[in-house]
Amino acid sequence: MIALNGITKRFGAHTVFENIDLTLEQGEIIVVIGPSGTGKSTLLRCINYLETPDAGRLTVGNLSLDAKHATRREILALRRRTAFVFQNYALFANKTALDNICEGMIVVDGLSKAEAHARGREILERIGLADKANAYPASLSGGQQQRVGIGRAMAAKAEVILFDEPTSALDPEWVDEVLALMKHLALERQTMIVVSHEMQFAREVADRVVFMDEGRIIEQGPPDELFTNPQDERTQRFLRKVLANNPIV
Amino acid sequence: MLHATAETLLGRVLSGDPIMHVLDLDYMLGLLPILLGYLPLTLEMAGAGMVAALVLACLLAVVRVQRMPGLNALAMLFISFFRGTPLLVQLFLFYYGLPQILTFLVAINGITATILGLTLHFSAYMAESIRAAIVGVDRSQTEAALSIGMTQGQLMRRIVLPQATRVATPTLMNYFIDMIKATSLAFTLGVTELMGATQKEAAGSFLYFEAFLMVAVIYWVVVELLSWLQRRLEKRLNRAYQR
Repeated sequence: MIALNGITKRFGAHTVFENIDLTLEQGEIIVVIGPSGTGKSTLLRCINYLETPDAGRLTVGNLSLDAKHATRREILALRRRTAFVFQNYALFANKTALDNICEGMIVVDGLSKAEAHARGREILERIGLADKANAYPASLSGGQQQRVGIGRAMAAKAEVILFDEPTSALDPEWVDEVLALMKHLALERQTMIVVSHEMQFAREVADRVVFMDEGRIIEQGPPDELFTNPQDERTQRFLRKVLANNPIV
Repeated sequence: MLHATAETLLGRVLSGDPIMHVLDLDYMLGLLPILLGYLPLTLEMAGAGMVAALVLACLLAVVRVQRMPGLNALAMLFISFFRGTPLLVQLFLFYYGLPQILTFLVAINGITATILGLTLHFSAYMAESIRAAIVGVDRSQTEAALSIGMTQGQLMRRIVLPQATRVATPTLMNYFIDMIKATSLAFTLGVTELMGATQKEAAGSFLYFEAFLMVAVIYWVVVELLSWLQRRLEKRLNRAYQR
């Protein structure tokens, strides 16, 4: 189980969000939607401690920590239970696709190189890049790079994978292959939180859609309900706007 | 003055006196093996200085990048002093000056003093290059490494430093080349290295031009060899970044 209780984040005098509560069951897939600049990505980054929350409690599995006073050891433990997929892929430029995936297994989990490579090749197979094992990021397309980024997160065997707008930096031609991979993970019941503007994906894949606006969770529910019958006026307005441009089928 | 010289020169030309003697190539060729015998010492001083300077520069750079409290200010002072004063002054300070203050250093020899001076002087420059290279590594890769649970040390060792190395290598190689040439200052501390030996040979033969031309050619060839090595190294380091 993953739980956020009263998570608060400020940048100086500006409060990004306050007292956010969110709970996920194992195997649950949550898509967070909402206008830009409402703190969706920051919230995601707080769960991985890429941003330090100013207050609240984070629980991932049997690890529970006071977000403001977490020790270095607790932060490392938290990060080992979570994995992150970045908008701009953030692959290690000095490492091949295979080594990007294996890096964490070797350095963090202490696997032998042979074990890690065997598992890494399995993952490459699953993300459809078995033939790119020795390619460096610079020679891969955006879609391929993001698939490696997802592969790296898969290798962490994390309790939850956090996706921060995984397709918004991609050329349109590469979006589908990345979404297809994410759907595949969803079918395997990989717990995930996805911040995305892909409404179609949210509709098809999410167990629950969370709508955030101005640092608050306004409304959440199964996609069928939230997309067809949004309760709050802000949700209605947001959906009208985005669905007018990209209707979901 | 100039007028007088010209007049004399003109006079000498008209009277058939040679105004320039032909290069004594035989002397130069004979000098070559003698001078080459001193090349190892020059390279050893530069090599030792480079290794020590690299280690020190990495430490300084990490202190600066992490802004370690207290140490950062010390590192900045160190870098400021050793970049802000001439190498020759620093060498004299270590060799002639320091033993008067720290009496246990009386036994410091010219070679050690040179290596020490080169190390401190060049580490200050190199620290700044390395720092810039570290800072230049894409920040999102740092986040990615942290996100999978790497420690700061692992992140530095496995992700940041290898990439910073690639960026810093051309500059560091230039400093190494500079350092080789700077070893010639050791002769002012009484060390008979390449330059000191040339000075002695020239004083014996009075063929200053030949002797110093010969030593210039030796330095030049060594530096060219290193430049060639540098290009190959850079090609190798850039392999991962070819599209």
